[in-house]
Amino acid sequence: MNNVKVLVLAGYGTNCQRETAHAATLAGADEVVVAHFSELVAGDVRLGGFQFLIFPGGFLDGDDLGAAQAAALRWRYAKTVSGTPLVEELQRFFDGGGLILGICNGFQLLVKLGMLPGTGTGTLERQVSLSHNDSARFEDRWVHLRANPKSPCVFTAGLEALYLPVRHGEGKLVPKDDATLQALEDQDLVALRYVDRKTGQPTMTYPANPNGSPGGIAGLTDPSGRILGLMPHPEAYNHLTNHPGWTRGEKAPLGVTLLANGIAALRARK
Amino acid sequence: MLWRVEVGLRPQVTDTLGNRVSSKISQELGIAVDRVDAIKVFTVAGLDEAQIRLVLERHVLHDPILHQASLQPLPAPAGEFAWVLEVSFRPGVTDNEGRTAAQTVAMVLGLPTPWPRDFAVYTSTRYLLSGDIDETAARHIAKDLLANELIQRIDLKNSSQWKTEPGFPARTAQVVGRPSDTTQTINLSGLSHAELMEISRKGVLALSLEEMLAIRDYYERPEIITARMAQGLPEAPTDVELEALAQTWSEHCKHKIFNAQITYRISSQADSPVPSPSALDINSLYKTFIQRPTAQIRQRMGADDFCLSVFKDNAGVIRFDQGHNICVKVETHNSPSALDPYGGALTGIVGVNRDPMGTGMGAELLCNTDVFCLGSPFHDQPLPPRLLHPRRVLEGVREGVEHGGNKSGIPTVNGSLVFHDRFLGKPLIFCGTVGIMPARVAGRPSHVKQARPGDIIVMVGGRIGKDGIHGATFSSEELHADSPATAVQIGDPITQRKMYDFLMTARDRGLYQAITDNGAGGLSSSVGEMAQDSGGCDLDLSLAPLKYDGLNPWEILLSEAQERMTAAVAPENLNAFLALARRMDVEATALGTFTDTGLFHIRFGERVVGSLDMDFLHHGTPQMHLEAVWSPPAQKEVAVEALGGPDGIGNMDQDNLLERILGRLNVCSKEYVIRQYDHEVQGGSVIKPLMGVLADGPTDAAVIRPLLDAHRGLVISHGICPKFSDLDTYWMTANAVDEAVRNAVAVGADPARMAGVDNFCWCDPVQSEKTPDGRYKLAQLVRSNQALAHYCLAYGVPCISGKDSMKNDYSVAGIKISVPPTVLFSLVGVVEDVRDCVSSDFKQPEDLVYLLGTTRSELGGSELVDELGLSGGLVPQVDALANHQRYHALHAAIRSGLVRAAHDLSDGGLATALAEMAIGGRLGARIDLAHIPSIPKKLPVTTLLYSESAGRLLVCVAPDQAGEFEALFAGQALSRIGHVQQEPTLLIKNADVPILSAPVERLATAWQATMNW
Repeated sequence: MNNVKVLVLAGYGTNCQRETAHAATLAGADEVVVAHFSELVAGDVRLGGFQFLIFPGGFLDGDDLGAAQAAALRWRYAKTVSGTPLVEELQRFFDGGGLILGICNGFQLLVKLGMLPGTGTGTLERQVSLSHNDSARFEDRWVHLRANPKSPCVFTAGLEALYLPVRHGEGKLVPKDDATLQALEDQDLVALRYVDRKTGQPTMTYPANPNGSPGGIAGLTDPSGRILGLMPHPEAYNHLTNHPGWTRGEKAPLGVTLLANGIAALRARK
Repeated sequence: MLWRVEVGLRPQVTDTLGNRVSSKISQELGIAVDRVDAIKVFTVAGLDEAQIRLVLERHVLHDPILHQASLQPLPAPAGEFAWVLEVSFRPGVTDNEGRTAAQTVAMVLGLPTPWPRDFAVYTSTRYLLSGDIDETAARHIAKDLLANELIQRIDLKNSSQWKTEPGFPARTAQVVGRPSDTTQTINLSGLSHAELMEISRKGVLALSLEEMLAIRDYYERPEIITARMAQGLPEAPTDVELEALAQTWSEHCKHKIFNAQITYRISSQADSPVPSPSALDINSLYKTFIQRPTAQIRQRMGADDFCLSVFKDNAGVIRFDQGHNICVKVETHNSPSALDPYGGALTGIVGVNRDPMGTGMGAELLCNTDVFCLGSPFHDQPLPPRLLHPRRVLEGVREGVEHGGNKSGIPTVNGSLVFHDRFLGKPLIFCGTVGIMPARVAGRPSHVKQARPGDIIVMVGGRIGKDGIHGATFSSEELHADSPATAVQIGDPITQRKMYDFLMTARDRGLYQAITDNGAGGLSSSVGEMAQDSGGCDLDLSLAPLKYDGLNPWEILLSEAQERMTAAVAPENLNAFLALARRMDVEATALGTFTDTGLFHIRFGERVVGSLDMDFLHHGTPQMHLEAVWSPPAQKEVAVEALGGPDGIGNMDQDNLLERILGRLNVCSKEYVIRQYDHEVQGGSVIKPLMGVLADGPTDAAVIRPLLDAHRGLVISHGICPKFSDLDTYWMTANAVDEAVRNAVAVGADPARMAGVDNFCWCDPVQSEKTPDGRYKLAQLVRSNQALAHYCLAYGVPCISGKDSMKNDYSVAGIKISVPPTVLFSLVGVVEDVRDCVSSDFKQPEDLVYLLGTTRSELGGSELVDELGLSGGLVPQVDALANHQRYHALHAAIRSGLVRAAHDLSDGGLATALAEMAIGGRLGARIDLAHIPSIPKKLPVTTLLYSESAGRLLVCVAPDQAGEFEALFAGQALSRIGHVQQEPTLLIKNADVPILSAPVERLATAWQATMNW
């Protein structure tokens, strides 16, 4: 069995690192490290030592200039002490077989960096963005989700329905053009969708679809299936008492399952 | 060269922000507009053309998927429009997005550090309004919705003006000033009383005559004169010294009213007070009614005393478990929020965050609470001059707390909106924060700290500007077009978050000895307080990092610029501390040394600009002597005819009445606000503000799991009842304490493990020309304090922290509005195992419904009386002994798993509580009022349904556990009033007489419609 070391990255307004690290521990990681962005820059922490990288939720740079916009530029233009642009280290981590999970603000960062949906060509170009919810409001509410069984995503493999909170103001997926959106569907890169509570079908109806994302898109993967970005917060459902109906005996698969799937995929690797 | 980079949406992207502005214009101002388009403008200074083109090419300020960016004015997305208006910041106002833009541009272009002096980015927003809008309407939209002229500038053009000359000229919001080291001396010697008071008034010092005289006397002491000469200081006080004294002695910092010597009498005639034999001399309300009861409770708890640090630090500290302490603080930010609701509330929340951050060795922040007291958002009368419409205040403070909490990653778990006509004059904006710290950090107990002689004074975080000098005493008239807006501050949650990440790392590495926040009074207050530990300080103001030139030394000392903490760092740790800060992109600067000289010693470079005796600075304030005279307002019962006759049925349409009550502002669903606050970040949410089958039913208190790998929970609740103040502030306060305890017990808190925080917001209680009823208002304060002491003692709840705000009056142009005296009692409690917690929604058909407690004819201040436009009603009184016993029994029942649902009865009484439980579970109930324990025995039905008697709860129990449950309440007021039913109808009868039959969905609609914005 492979050892799995998880790196949870924080700094500059990220704020879900603590519970994300806890979820990774519950999911069975052998070691979980929470590091500040500055430690990467200083070279004290190197991506190479980890197999699983998580960009947790938060408000990078206060959402100024648009969610994760400034942070995406920081990844692209900031260099480590050894002079390598950080984004190259990220690319190398991924090319080496690493898993990447971006949650909420982390998802926004991955699309703005061009890591998602990913062209598979190794170049990073922004193809989709995440913009203001149709309600033009930040909202905290739980949503019903369904995983796409045809998606190559290792995190959602074998999962069907999920129930998780969304907590964002900028979660509506906007593609560069219609062809880009079509390609997401054709390549099954949509990993998770907002669905109606009763029918289980993807929905455009507010508030089941909290932001107006086309096709109810809540999460994207890349062609390799090793990157997942999603607006809902799996780490926020880490205990039965997180469920808003738990006092009524209601339950659903813990969000931690998504992380456990990623770790299982790493362990299973030859 | 100035560049204007315009960023607009690509045509195929929906302009959700524009749409929102459009709907706010129609909803909040009642003006119809066809559409609104929003364009962001970045005004960039200090770049050449090649650089600005690179900014566009590299997509620094825009997202190429969403936006188009241009150096020319972007065309109107709709082609046509009626008005274009642009909102930009005034010089000196915090522009968070501009700061991020500058940092990002500098990084992408590789600008050298420090940046070229003229490099800066300023943001503004351009709105295009389409539709049939005249100039008056356009200006109304600009001034009363989109901009606050205190802090923002408005440019306006109609479409033809725009066509002739498109765009607005590029303009910076730079503060222009020259470096200054000027100090002035203020001669007090030989001045008349009137002249002394003139100095106090003109300088916005807020010092009383007694205080001015005490200061004058200090400077005339021979030993002081000798010492000053030796230091090269003038005999007369410098501005630095006088300002430091005024700040340290201010009501805000010194709580002079709470520490005053008060003579309290009871009189039946308000205007001719006759000394009664029962006159009471009180030496300090604070010591008598807050500090002493807490000490008594702690003594009573003995070995079980969980208090660790009370009233002395920025927040009170209690033990949570063996390895962790909890600290809590609640603040108000009323005046700033009245001037600029968004900035005021944002600063309020990020400001109170720094209290736990600066408590002991520093706490991690667990959750926020917020309580807003406002005028009706539906206010439709002309507004007195200078007041903002309550809807605007609500929107602004809501958004301020949203940004402050959400962006900081701190869940807002508990709160209230309280509406009352007199909050129109001054909103009360309470913000609270709970923190947690390991019991020991870096090998030392975390709740104690001490700056030692020789430790270095280090300021961490944001830079100093003219922000908030003299707090909010500045009025808007004193602001000029190009002077910095000093009255209002805008918080910066991200700068603070970065500082917080840094401080927690530094704390765990043991890099500092003590820490406190820079809040009111800035460095003067933070360094002054910490210097009490060591016995003095030597502070060099010339080292302080400034936002811009032009601050005089006293302004640097007094500035309340946000996001700053002061640490005491041992010399051997200074390099490590500063290096860590640099690495984490946080500014930290050594400003001097803590000493044991007994002096508050201030330099500007080598020049001494102030030196005050520490003892005089902190203990020289003369004690106030005040008189309080209580004349009880007459109370009378509500006429029974108005309630539907002696049986309360008559021709009352009870179905309709319940819907009306549910829709009232103080009862209705606050989902609109709750959903916009992140109440789950940090992953420990257990009892959320809304739960139930559709997650839209109300809960009584918040429960979180602070330690994710443990089951111990923290309960956060509060009580606030200003509606009883005019009847008797004693009962207002008693009800607030009872409500907080009751709410906490309802979700599962252990009544033996609770601690309270008292926040008093009063109208000026000092008798004067301005306040001819000061003696009465002070008596209200005395009575409120008495109740706080009595009920905390009775319930065994120690107060561990608190705050008062004593000048909540509005007085302009002959109109005076004083807020109803208000106590917010916030509470933290512990639950042993969160899996025992209970929510309020009906769970299962056939569950039995119990009413705990006695119902009295107490309709004074009630929702019913107000809704029916009645007068009178007796104020609810609180039976501490019976309630205390009931709460303990209920807790035992909850721990034994006997309680399926519990809900407290408060605003709107029994009928409202039943409706809320039904809404939560979308289940009905059959209820019989015939056997409700009441005093007197026979009450009109309407009184039974809507009385707001304290101490009562509704509880659901499974039928097979009824015996076990009832046994726990032997001898107590308890009544089985019905059961839950599958059919979603709330049926209420009185013996055989049907009273009410309401479909639950209709009740839900009534409850949710009022604020369904």
